[in-house]
Amino acid sequence: MDTLTNWIPNVIEYSNLFPQAIVDTLIMLFVTGVISLLIGLPLAIIVVVTKPEGICPNKTIFFILDKFINLFRAIPFVILIPMLSDPTRWIFHTTIGIKMAFVPLIVGTVPFVARQMESAMEEIPEGIVEASISMGMSPWQIVRHVYLKQNIPGMIRGMTIVLIAVIGQIAIVGTVGAGGLGDLAIRFGWQRRMNDITYVVLFLLLVIISIIQMVGDWLVKKTTH
Amino acid sequence: MIQLEHVTKTFKTKDGDVQAVKDVSIHVKEGMIYGIIGFSGAGKSTLVRCMNLLERPDEGKVIFDGQDLTQASPVELRKSRKKIGMIFQHFNLLPALTIYENIALSLRMEKTPKDEIDAKVMNLLELIDLVERKDSYPSQLSGGQKQRVSIARALVNDPKVLLCDEATSALDPQTTQTILKLIKRINKERGITVVMITHEMFVVKEICDRVAIMDAGRVVEEGDIVDIFSHPQEKMTKEFISTASNANKIDELIEQQHPITQLKENEQLVRLQYDQTNTSHPMISEISRKFNVDCSIIYGNIEILQESPIGTLICVLKGSDDDIRNSIACFKQDGIRVEVIKRGHID
Repeated sequence: MDTLTNWIPNVIEYSNLFPQAIVDTLIMLFVTGVISLLIGLPLAIIVVVTKPEGICPNKTIFFILDKFINLFRAIPFVILIPMLSDPTRWIFHTTIGIKMAFVPLIVGTVPFVARQMESAMEEIPEGIVEASISMGMSPWQIVRHVYLKQNIPGMIRGMTIVLIAVIGQIAIVGTVGAGGLGDLAIRFGWQRRMNDITYVVLFLLLVIISIIQMVGDWLVKKTTH
Repeated sequence: MIQLEHVTKTFKTKDGDVQAVKDVSIHVKEGMIYGIIGFSGAGKSTLVRCMNLLERPDEGKVIFDGQDLTQASPVELRKSRKKIGMIFQHFNLLPALTIYENIALSLRMEKTPKDEIDAKVMNLLELIDLVERKDSYPSQLSGGQKQRVSIARALVNDPKVLLCDEATSALDPQTTQTILKLIKRINKERGITVVMITHEMFVVKEICDRVAIMDAGRVVEEGDIVDIFSHPQEKMTKEFISTASNANKIDELIEQQHPITQLKENEQLVRLQYDQTNTSHPMISEISRKFNVDCSIIYGNIEILQESPIGTLICVLKGSDDDIRNSIACFKQDGIRVEVIKRGHID
């Protein structure tokens, strides 16, 4: 204990802050991941099927959606936060705390999920889709049985990348008052020059990212035939 | 069973329009194995894909079982597609499903009762001889096994037609033979009409009843396989036939002035072609006796197409000009086609 107090005095002093910060980070990660997948996956499906060479080509829908996704992918996340402060206030009646983080986090992540899911579905060979058409499958059946099910490892890989990127964005929202580990690192580690807190936060983030990566790899292995 | 009427398909590419199929009309009758052969880029794949409207023709009709598919509603079209099985060069099995699930998929979507699905799938697994691999995934199978699974999958809806798009092109010769035998068996036992797309003449020779030869989007020649092999008309057809036999090798040898093609005076190199009407007749010994002509055979080949033999002989006839002329006349009288390839001359 004495050595710990010597090595990381501030961490010991503020150790009561850590559990909440970890929980906040994990809640933001989980909620953002789930909601972004729920919105991003349908968007990806629409993009894939309405492509000129898709199973239900529709130039207008494809063009609008494709450009829309690009637009939101283009906005740097730090700019997205103030941009969305009005809708955030309108939805949650607050612009601080982890609730305030959900709006920019989800808005920033949905297009990313959509692109990742789109490319996973694009990896399914065109011939498999053609074989399904030739079997008399309807577009909806093809979405359900082919696009959604035939490259689950690719989708998991995509989500792993997304979640790890979201960890980075959670740290950014932390700096503007959303809480979480990033917030801890900025307010204590940086602003009060408590370097040991920064390093411990870093270590904890590393652990979280490693766990995400490990679980992701394990699931990919499990679902690859 | 399947009738294409004036089918045309053009693809728009950035280098301009490419007419893949130009005004093709063919009629695939019930119960036959119909071959469509052509070099790559001839439009044969596009043509077969027009048959189940994987490609929608720009012009023309696709009549399947009395119904024009180009006019069918999406629901009707899907119903018809279930009656047109299709297999592909690269098998296109669903990677996340087991062999059993791949075959059963189409029935599961129809909400067929489980025991009915099971009976049907097990029956097909027996047909393709892969019962013990039913829980394997496609990635664990060899190419030939995958193609057998895709055949079973195509048969699960009891189709009337099986379209084979280069079904054997990715397989080795031995596996190709197994697949061809399986296709022939399905055709005979289940009465399923088959359309075979291929660039290999031996595939056509092996199992087809009728063949269409395609070049640059058009069908240049079409007919019964025995007729096509015994009396090819078009240059393209002859080229394909020569790929399936050695009979044209002699032209190369002549060009290279190979010793066996060096003729003496009084000698002529001839190609004789005959079919079943005149295979039983001992022509060679007959002319030798009648005309004092010696005949030495330097190449011989007999193809058996739909159980009827087509023979090719390349031989050197030796004798006086008159005798050889009379022998040739005698051959021709018997319906043997004779082509004098080269005459001997005095050096």
